[in-house]
Amino acid sequence: MNDALAAPALRIEPLQSGGPDKPAKIEIRDLDFYYGKGHALKNVNLTVPSNNVTAIIGPSGCGKSTLLRTINRIFELYPNQNATGEIIIDGRNVLDRRYSLSDLRRLVGMVFQKPTPFPSSIRANVAFALSYYERLSRSDVDERIEAALRQAALWDEVKDILNHSALSLSGGQQQRLCIARTIAVRPEILLLDEPTSALDPISTAKVEELIHELKEQFTIVIVTHNMQQAARISQRTAFFHLGELIEFGKTSEIFTNPHEQRTRDYITGRYG
Amino acid sequence: MQEAREHTLKAFDEDLDRLRALISEMGGLAEHAIGEAMRCLSQRDTEGAERVVRDDKKLDVLEIETERRVVQLIALRAPMAGDLRDVVAALKISGVVERIGDYAKNIAKRVPLLENVAKIEPLSLLSEMAKIATEMVHNVLDAFVERDAAAAVRVCERDQAVDDFYDSIFRALLTHMMENPHNIGQSAHLLFVAKNLERVGDHATNIAEMVYYAATGAHMADRPGKSPR
Repeated sequence: MNDALAAPALRIEPLQSGGPDKPAKIEIRDLDFYYGKGHALKNVNLTVPSNNVTAIIGPSGCGKSTLLRTINRIFELYPNQNATGEIIIDGRNVLDRRYSLSDLRRLVGMVFQKPTPFPSSIRANVAFALSYYERLSRSDVDERIEAALRQAALWDEVKDILNHSALSLSGGQQQRLCIARTIAVRPEILLLDEPTSALDPISTAKVEELIHELKEQFTIVIVTHNMQQAARISQRTAFFHLGELIEFGKTSEIFTNPHEQRTRDYITGRYG
Repeated sequence: MQEAREHTLKAFDEDLDRLRALISEMGGLAEHAIGEAMRCLSQRDTEGAERVVRDDKKLDVLEIETERRVVQLIALRAPMAGDLRDVVAALKISGVVERIGDYAKNIAKRVPLLENVAKIEPLSLLSEMAKIATEMVHNVLDAFVERDAAAAVRVCERDQAVDDFYDSIFRALLTHMMENPHNIGQSAHLLFVAKNLERVGDHATNIAEMVYYAATGAHMADRPGKSPR
């Protein structure tokens, strides 16, 4: 055959929307969670990769938020709530009572559905946790505040009003302030519980862009009811149903070709 | 393979059903066009052939309507997983069915050119070939509506028969032409008809691959237990 007519070698880069596999950051093993007698998480085994956004999706009451509450042990503030099993972060089981809560809170930051700024100045909101965990000079604190606000893509909007009340900010700005406050103490893991559900689309887009940037530095676990959002920003997606982890995999795979019927029904809008 | 359950939002199901119905309607028109073109060819029905050519516009209109609905459905419903694969498949299939209609039109256009030819030998073979090709189109569109991957595989397997017919007809027409140069004109036209039908079979096979992917999320070439060609 004429060489000129020979088919050119076809090289197609594999679709990498899920990204390459990253090393594990959080290993959840045989996790069960109880609200009194209510069995809210059932034998959950899940490995959250580092420097990735892992989205947790599922219908209301499936255990999504409970999982976040377990990872940072917030549940311990409430009576009759119990977790069994292990959550291993950097080789240590954080569910172990000997693991200091203070260490854990510093390692794992959390942002909630509704922005929860303290009723004080923007500066004080970010400085609060810093002064709680670290002894820093005034100039170091200022530096860290600026760094955190820059990272949260809020600096340019607030740099001239740092002494204004945080409550004067818009909802979207307040939420980014909460993210700044959380990352100021340099945690390694960020837990986001529906961080944009109270925000308008533009603010949502800004927070999503921020999450995209932050994953370079943090391991992010986000609970969201917005499946388009999960599809847009995460590399891995876990689907929960009635306290069970039904399916976990690359986001691109979960949203185009899920394997479990229950996942299919949920993401295509067939969930009863 | 069928997504047995209905969507919580009933209007979503209605949109998907309408899209499937549109593809079925296009398939029905394309099938009918091939059947009619072949009937006109064997009965020298020039008027009927003109009708086939005219009616092809309907397929063009339906293809545009399919595209409009697919774009709307993606924008408004944000389909996921199997639904998304179905919608993308519908868009691609409508383009292929429109092309199948063009082949029928092309056959019909040759009818007046063959009007005065006394006897066309391989015509019975052509009719048989057309029958299989149209059945493939019919079955593959049924497979799409039913999301039936196994039926799609069966359609692919029939393509070999169409190719075999083409080879026989090619040889027969070649002999015909060599025997008498006066036959060359009509034989060339018939060869194009055979080629058009062979392409119809290929397009049905392409649709089958799309149906298989839509129904399973995997590509037909990678299916388990596939026998090497």
